[in-house]
Amino acid sequence: MAHIEFRKLGHAYSGAPAKLADYALQPMSMDWRDGGAYALLGPSGCGKSTLLNIISGLLIPSEGQVLFNGEDVTNTPTRGRNIAQVFQFPVLYDSMSVEDNLAFPLRNRKMAESEVKKRVQEVAEMLDLTQDLKKRASGLAADAKQKISLGRGLVRKDVAAILFDEPLTVIDPHMKWQLRQKLKQIHQHLKLTLIYVTHDQVEALTFADEVVVMTEGKVVQQAQPEALFARPDHTFVGYFIGSPGMNFFPVTLRGDSVLLGEQVLPVSSSQLASLKNAQGTLQMGVRPEFVSLAEAGSAGAVQAQVLRVQNLGTNQLITAQFGQHVLKAKLDSRSQIAPGTHWLQLLGNESLFFCNDVRIGA
Amino acid sequence: MILELQGVSKLVGAETHIYPSDLKLVEGAINVLLGPTQAGKTSLMRLIAGLDKPNSGKVIVDGVDVTGVSVRERNLAMVYQQFINYPSLNVFENIAAPLRIQGLAKDEIASRVHAIAEKLHITRFLQRLPGELSGGQQQRTALARALIKQAPLVLLDEPLVNLDYKLREELREELASLFVDGKTTVVYATTEPQEALLLGGHTVVMDAGRILQVGPAIATYNAPISMRAAAIFNDPPMNMLSASAISTSEVRLNDGTPVKLARAVDSLSPGQACVLGVRCHHVRLQASNDAIAIACKLDLAELSGSESYLHLHHDSTILVAQVAGVQQLALGSNLTVYVQPQDIFLFDAAGALLSAPQEGQ
Repeated sequence: MAHIEFRKLGHAYSGAPAKLADYALQPMSMDWRDGGAYALLGPSGCGKSTLLNIISGLLIPSEGQVLFNGEDVTNTPTRGRNIAQVFQFPVLYDSMSVEDNLAFPLRNRKMAESEVKKRVQEVAEMLDLTQDLKKRASGLAADAKQKISLGRGLVRKDVAAILFDEPLTVIDPHMKWQLRQKLKQIHQHLKLTLIYVTHDQVEALTFADEVVVMTEGKVVQQAQPEALFARPDHTFVGYFIGSPGMNFFPVTLRGDSVLLGEQVLPVSSSQLASLKNAQGTLQMGVRPEFVSLAEAGSAGAVQAQVLRVQNLGTNQLITAQFGQHVLKAKLDSRSQIAPGTHWLQLLGNESLFFCNDVRIGA
Repeated sequence: MILELQGVSKLVGAETHIYPSDLKLVEGAINVLLGPTQAGKTSLMRLIAGLDKPNSGKVIVDGVDVTGVSVRERNLAMVYQQFINYPSLNVFENIAAPLRIQGLAKDEIASRVHAIAEKLHITRFLQRLPGELSGGQQQRTALARALIKQAPLVLLDEPLVNLDYKLREELREELASLFVDGKTTVVYATTEPQEALLLGGHTVVMDAGRILQVGPAIATYNAPISMRAAAIFNDPPMNMLSASAISTSEVRLNDGTPVKLARAVDSLSPGQACVLGVRCHHVRLQASNDAIAIACKLDLAELSGSESYLHLHHDSTILVAQVAGVQQLALGSNLTVYVQPQDIFLFDAAGALLSAPQEGQ
């Protein structure tokens, strides 16, 4: 197992990058703890595959270094890095039995046959594949095949890290949670360094101790799942985590007053101080979960036009408009609300402020 | 346009894809076909469209039997899961194609293409080829081409399934608003209960080639006619606890826990086997006066950001609790959950609904 470090690492696919936007992966430094479970989360094209390929050695970064346990491996090819990889689609030998598939990476490395047997048994047990060991891989369903791929990734004890690239894509939705559970149990059991790439927030948040959120070639936050929801560092994280994502409203400063449209927001003194220090475009962010119905004229509430009420069973999703802004609110399914004019509380303990898309204040 | 299926069935080889089914689409509304894979959604849609001929039964449009009339002669539009566009035509020409076939004047075509492109936010891609677009933009193009015909019937077969979830969220919202004028009858297939509720309209719950239940979305969600319909219309699926009746107003769970029902069910006789259904968001972590406590072990906490899905078990009973916020609990933790009697659905041993919670409770 390895502690992986990025030092001022960045990658541009072509030529000398003149500006940040030219990078597929913007220069940054980062630490991947030995034994940590990480998820790389972001939409397609955000740079997460580039990052994964740099760790695996498929891609040499155009600048900076990759270190495994302090040793520079930037130019070391994949086979010299001792990395196991699991891809979107099962990668295995159809003509071999499940047992031989699992044993393959070990026999390849000339492990003693008695050791191989023992290890294959262990991994098969973890993945509930014991009853399938003698079967040919070709006859199995997609999810069983993908479990074998996972098993092949897990079977070697000496790997520096295991990289997963959207490994549950082919799995039936109803089966997914079971495999997530397996992966989580295995991580607890084996304490491997796992890096898991996905565009699915449930997958990332469920699997990882720490989630690395990426957009447009940039890491915008590395944090535990709870922080991504409660305290996003960047407007992108606010938008991307949660469904629907965070509402954002432009705010302005006039003297010591914080204005939302023409309304003065009663912010705390510390919030005011950080807003006054900030240079740039200011926004307030509030999650749909934290918008509530308010008394007319309440401080920090706005009079909004409720355009649509969608009853989702668990809650009601409200679409409302005030000024030019459209906002979403999730209200209890028992709230009595119909389209029309309502007062909605926007400012609260959970409201956050952003300057040029980056969160400000404590 | 009024479209009705009368006893239609579809066999492929020896395999039945659709058992004899009746369905009357609600005119000018979104009709959602909700069901898991293999439920028969696409098969039913192909019968509605005239892409396939039913083995039995009739397709009636505005009182006229159109069974066997090919899709070419029917005024409808269809969008598929895969992003299907003409690869060598730019986005403008892709969208304009149906109008060119109709032989409309040039400026009429241009103005209609621009209007629909505006609605679907693809105006700035009109000169590009589909291959140069993202998946979301390609599907917007396919949707624009389907909608530009202003056909009275639009069929959408899981149109968002191949998109990232954020794109899905945005496009779903736009789709619903495109049809609010009530001029179009829409049939929309999905496997996701949330999508059926978000789109609203009417829901047709399907399973294994059969229509199980039809009705307004929220009413159907609130009163599923059977365990199977309840399982399909809840994600995660509704929790099901086996029990046996003590009286008309009390049942006993298999582990011996007695449960007083919120309302008596007259048809329940002592000793009768039954099943309690509890939605995941009604399995709570907070105790309350009359709630049943169930001591569980945690198998996994799935986190969506705003919610957590706790996979639990108690003996052989498996439960899922959907709770607010991020609950980071160690696997294997002991956790007691609570269920309130007024939230309980009751099914008989065959799976038919005996009683549902009262709405608005």
